[in-house]
Amino acid sequence: MSKMSRRQFVTAGLAATAGVSGLGVAANLAKRYGLVPPDSGGIYGPGETLTYAAQRLFARHSLAREFPRSMISKVPFANDMPPLNDAFKRLQAGAFADWRLSVEGMVARPASYSLADLRSFPLRSQITEVVCEEGWSYVAEWTGTPLFDVLKASGILPKARYLVYFSIDPDWWESIDMADVQHPQTLLAWGMNDGDLPVAFGGPLRLRVPRQLGYKSVKFVNRLMVTDSLKGFVSALDPKSPNSGYAWYAGI
Amino acid sequence: MAHAPLLRNEGPPRHTLLVRVTHWITVLSFLALLVSGVEILISHPRFYWGEVGNSRTPPLFTIPIPSSRATVPSGYGYVLPDQNGWSRYLHFEAAWALVLTGLVYVISGLWTRHFRKNLFPAPQHRTWHAFRDVIAKHLRLTSPDEADSRTYNVLQRVTYLLVIFGMVPLVIWTGLAMSPGFNAAVPWAVNCLGGRQSARTIHFFVSTFLVLFLLVHIAMVVLTGFASRMREMITGVPAAPQQRTIEHIEERT
Repeated sequence: MSKMSRRQFVTAGLAATAGVSGLGVAANLAKRYGLVPPDSGGIYGPGETLTYAAQRLFARHSLAREFPRSMISKVPFANDMPPLNDAFKRLQAGAFADWRLSVEGMVARPASYSLADLRSFPLRSQITEVVCEEGWSYVAEWTGTPLFDVLKASGILPKARYLVYFSIDPDWWESIDMADVQHPQTLLAWGMNDGDLPVAFGGPLRLRVPRQLGYKSVKFVNRLMVTDSLKGFVSALDPKSPNSGYAWYAGI
Repeated sequence: MAHAPLLRNEGPPRHTLLVRVTHWITVLSFLALLVSGVEILISHPRFYWGEVGNSRTPPLFTIPIPSSRATVPSGYGYVLPDQNGWSRYLHFEAAWALVLTGLVYVISGLWTRHFRKNLFPAPQHRTWHAFRDVIAKHLRLTSPDEADSRTYNVLQRVTYLLVIFGMVPLVIWTGLAMSPGFNAAVPWAVNCLGGRQSARTIHFFVSTFLVLFLLVHIAMVVLTGFASRMREMITGVPAAPQQRTIEHIEERT
């Protein structure tokens, strides 16, 4: 009897050790292959990590659905916006001729592009759905410059891991990983439905990330920052930040 | 007194340890999904059919509650606070808990023949007549007899199977069909439902069905002896016949 329970004790101990070290190995592998999102801590960390790791493992290169022209929403919907600042209004008065997009951080050649510069890149047009975390959605045609083309032109360095992108609105910015940075559908969009991108929809320049929810598609983008760590930006992941405590990865 | 459960613990447990553990993890996950799901719903209590829908398109129907977004024409003069940050985190974490627990339950249930032994109706009960008998018994408010309390009747079996193999997979599928990342990877999963807003509407109806199931389930647990049913699902110890009788007498008085 006591022999059996000792054997059971040893077996259970071995199983527990194997389980814990298995989890440890899995965590290490996940970290090495970039499967851990920056908000992996805290009580919601396990769920976020599972979602992010699953999508990056099984669907890293998948393309967002594109729709026929007939499905473009007749009345697209734009959220109300806070009043835009004076800097924006001055640029708007000049028809955005002086709008600049700066590319900084881990690039060989930091640069600054006008809208005309961006339009001189090969353009891409795609009819995709904007999906808001609240539940509503619409379909529009988005025209712009693939983000990665612009970063390649600036000589993005191999150690780059994230892109932080900023709106002219000082409290508005987001970040994405390299899977979405290099994704062909991630677009610096300056056109919508055969016209210039309207201000209500983020004009003159919006970063469209169609595989993630709408809040990752920041409006009025004027600054791109390539980095290997979000440590300096971690305050954005706390609930008091402008993103209201929303998940960093919004592929779900 | 303290030894009473041991004395009654003669046969096998009413529910196996695996069924009990997965049952309670599912309870916690479902409650978390329900609370967070209601919070997410409040941010846009309008439903649509097809691929797209928003405050500027006609809804299929609207839930007459206030919203946590000023852009939603709810008809109320005020806006509720935005709870979507923690709600969405909790919803997806609880969904993972439900999916992983469900996988353990289904795989072990197939392995141990739990479904075949305890849930698939016995051949003699696969008739409309058997169905009608059970429903009539319920309508007459007849207390379950000793044999009933050791097994599931045909109505219970069909309902549990519908929930386990129908409604829960459907609510997970329609939930995934709202995810832009998942839809990029598996486009047919949303396209065959008629579009993303159709998936959202079906998700709402299946969730409502699951809440109704939960209410009836709890009502039946209370009516047939709350203490015994809870003990069976927590400790596995089957209720003793005499104790069942006492409870039934108490219920009738």
